[in-house]
Parts: sequence; C-alpha cells; structure tokens
Amino acid sequence: MEKAKKIKAGDVREASRLIRNLEDSIPEAKSTIKHIFHFTGHAQVIGITGSPGAGKSTLVDGLIEWSRKKGKTVGVLAVDPTSPFTGGAILGDRIRMQRHAEDPGVFVRSLATRGSLGGLSKAVGDAIHIMDAMGKDVVLVETVGTGQQEVEIINHAHTVLVVLVPGMGDEIQAIKAGIMEIADIFVINKADREGTGKLQREVMAMLDMSPIKPGGWRPPIIKIGNAFEPSEFEKGLNELTTKVLEHHEHLVKSNLIGDRIRRKTAHELNEALRAAILEPVLKLLVSTGELDRMIDQLLKKETDPYSIAEEVQKKYLQGCI
Amino acid sequence: MAQRRLRVMVAKPGLDGHDRGARVLSRCFRDAGYEVIYTGCHQTPEQIAAAAIQEDVDMVGLSCLSGAHRYLFPAVKKLLVEQGADDIVVVGGGIIPEQDIQLLYDAGIVKLFTPGATLESIVEWINTNVKPR
Repeated sequence: MEKAKKIKAGDVREASRLIRNLEDSIPEAKSTIKHIFHFTGHAQVIGITGSPGAGKSTLVDGLIEWSRKKGKTVGVLAVDPTSPFTGGAILGDRIRMQRHAEDPGVFVRSLATRGSLGGLSKAVGDAIHIMDAMGKDVVLVETVGTGQQEVEIINHAHTVLVVLVPGMGDEIQAIKAGIMEIADIFVINKADREGTGKLQREVMAMLDMSPIKPGGWRPPIIKIGNAFEPSEFEKGLNELTTKVLEHHEHLVKSNLIGDRIRRKTAHELNEALRAAILEPVLKLLVSTGELDRMIDQLLKKETDPYSIAEEVQKKYLQGCI
Repeated sequence: MAQRRLRVMVAKPGLDGHDRGARVLSRCFRDAGYEVIYTGCHQTPEQIAAAAIQEDVDMVGLSCLSGAHRYLFPAVKKLLVEQGADDIVVVGGGIIPEQDIQLLYDAGIVKLFTPGATLESIVEWINTNVKPR
C-alpha cells in the first residue's frame, strides 16, 4: 500500500522497480499492483507499431515533444526483443528520446520482450497502469519492430499508429491479414523516399476494399518526411497529431472508447486467469518430475500430447469438465 | 517463476562521438544475458543519471575517450547519490591515464577498464561483482 501511494505521488524509482518486479515475476509485486488499479483509467494510451527501423522511436520523440508543449505529462514504454539464445537484450529506443531525459514530466522505460510473441512484453499492460496511476496524461507504447502478425498492441492502446516505410513489397503485402488491419492511423515515414506514392496508393486501395470500421472511422494516411529535414518532419508530425486528437474525439463521441477499454480489461482478466490456473499445475508437474516422465512417454510414442493434457485436466480441473 | 535479470546501462558522457567500443560492449553484455540500455553519444551527466533511475539498472558503464573522465565520471556518480540511487554501481572505461585512476576510485567509481581489457574479463568482473538488486 505504501509503495502504491509513492507511485501515485509520481515516484519514478518506485515505479520502475515495480515494473521490474513484475517483469521478473517477483510475487510481492502482485500485491502492490492490486493497489494501483484504483488509480487508473485516466491516461490516453497511444500505440506505435511498425517494422524495425521504420522510425517508431523518432516518431515517439516527436509525440513526446508535442504532448509536453500542450502541457501534458508523458509516459513511454519502449519494447525491444530479447535474445532467444542468451536471454539478453539491447534496449536502444531511448537513444532517440534522450533529449527528454531530464524533463520530470517525461518517464521513459524500456522493456525486453522476454519471449512474448505479440510484439510487446508480458509486463506492458501493468506498466501502462503504473504510468497511468502516476498521473501521466499520455502513455506512448512502442512495440518491437513488427512483421505481419504482432498485433497485441490492440489490446492495450486506444489509438494504434502503424508506421510504414516505402519499399515494403508488392501490392499483396497491403491486403494481408494482421498488422495492416489494426491501424487507426497509417503513417508513411521517410516519405521523401522513392516508392511513397505507390505505397500510399496500395494502402488506399486496401482501405477501399475494407469493410467500414465501427463508428465509420476510415484510417487516414499521414506522410512524414525525413527527420533530418526538420521543417518537413514537423509538418507531417502536425498532421499526425491532429489526426490522433481527432481519433480520440471520435472514440469518445461514438462511445467506442468503452469497447476498447472493455477489450483491454477482458484481455487482462484472461491473462490473469490463465496464469492463476495454469501456473500452479505446471509448477506441480515440474516439481514432482511428472512433466519429465510425460515427455519421456511421448518420446517413446507411448501416448500423445492430447491424451496427456486430458489426463491432467481430469486430475486437476475436475469441476470444469 | 521469479527470475532476476541483470539490467545495465552503457552511456557515453560528454563531447565524444567514438562509440564503437560502447556498441561492442553493449553487444557483449547482451550475449552475456543482460538487458542493456544504450543511451547513445553526447550525454550530459544529468541525462545519464535520470535515464539510469528511470530504467532501474543495476550498473552504469561509462565510456569516455575524450579525456574529460575526471569531471564526467564523478559527476554521474554524484547525481545518482543525490537522487537516492547510490546502490547503482558505476564503472568506467576508456583512455584513462594511470595517474587519474585513484581519483576516480575515490569519487565512487567502482571499477575502471582501460585499453587492453578483454571482453571476457569485463563480463567476468560484472558477474562476480554486480548482483541484480
């Protein structure tokens, strides 16, 4: 409770420590996060996703600047990948945002994916709550560099920006399922490059074929020029921030924000239940050596994974089946 | 299941754009299984201290090849202490003359790695001396 109060008062050390304890699954962290929930629900959460090197971090830096100019405080969660071999990670998104390091109204925290496949880290949902409870008006969530399938950001953000760069492939790429479906706003970054017009046409054609989204929102396409040409970049960024505001207003007006919040809440409950039900059983199977024996049985072709799963289900989850 | 992972920051304070070494080290720390936050070049001590606190790191590694280590390294340590983060281990590396080393140790820099230090020796030192807090 004491810790939750400190976090609510804006204590960066305590907040960052709690995020880390959640990442490291320290049991004590759960009891603190329980007290955080009451203080949440105020921040506007904006997700930024797109391929590696598309310019997500630079865009986030621009969005921090914009928010600060409007007098809003900002939290940033920047996710980079964990090595599947060593468990190590290079968290380098901060480099683009370091000019805000000393601003007490900005809190940037890097996270490693630690094996999560959806483009985020398992702790990101709670980390958003922590920044929200600290009183950050805006929380920017930058995903790992994504490909086609990492769409988990839709479970967390009110507005999702999908950042594209020219030269990503043929027309078919634009109509594939996955990441191209989740954008509330498309950003064509590095729009001074060759292929920008082609990409814009492809995205437009894709949108023309798409069913109209709830509330009638058609994702706009914003072109942003090279960040080394400040005036061009600024111009694009202004257009983008206008659309971000418009989208938020649209969500509020058409009462769609409630749906998004519900989706996020359902997702959280789902995760919490999964952890609460699955983990104790797995732990038991590991500690008794039963899991190893099951693997041996499978290797000897004595049984199959589905039969084993059914046996475990019968043994431990009797009330359900 | 609970598992602490070491978080370290690699930072380049001051007017020094030579970050090949810092990048090689970051990569090497990644391969050692740490989570590495790299801040990039041209950082003020204030930026580095603020970032280290926001990121909840166990160690800050400062790289300086410009000759300003006598001012910059102690400045980072001092700011961390002032902000209640005296438990973050500060180490340094770069072209540091023999006669400056004691001065930096006295200022609270725990370890210095000078030219010739191997990557293995650096990782071994960290594994032995820096524990996740």
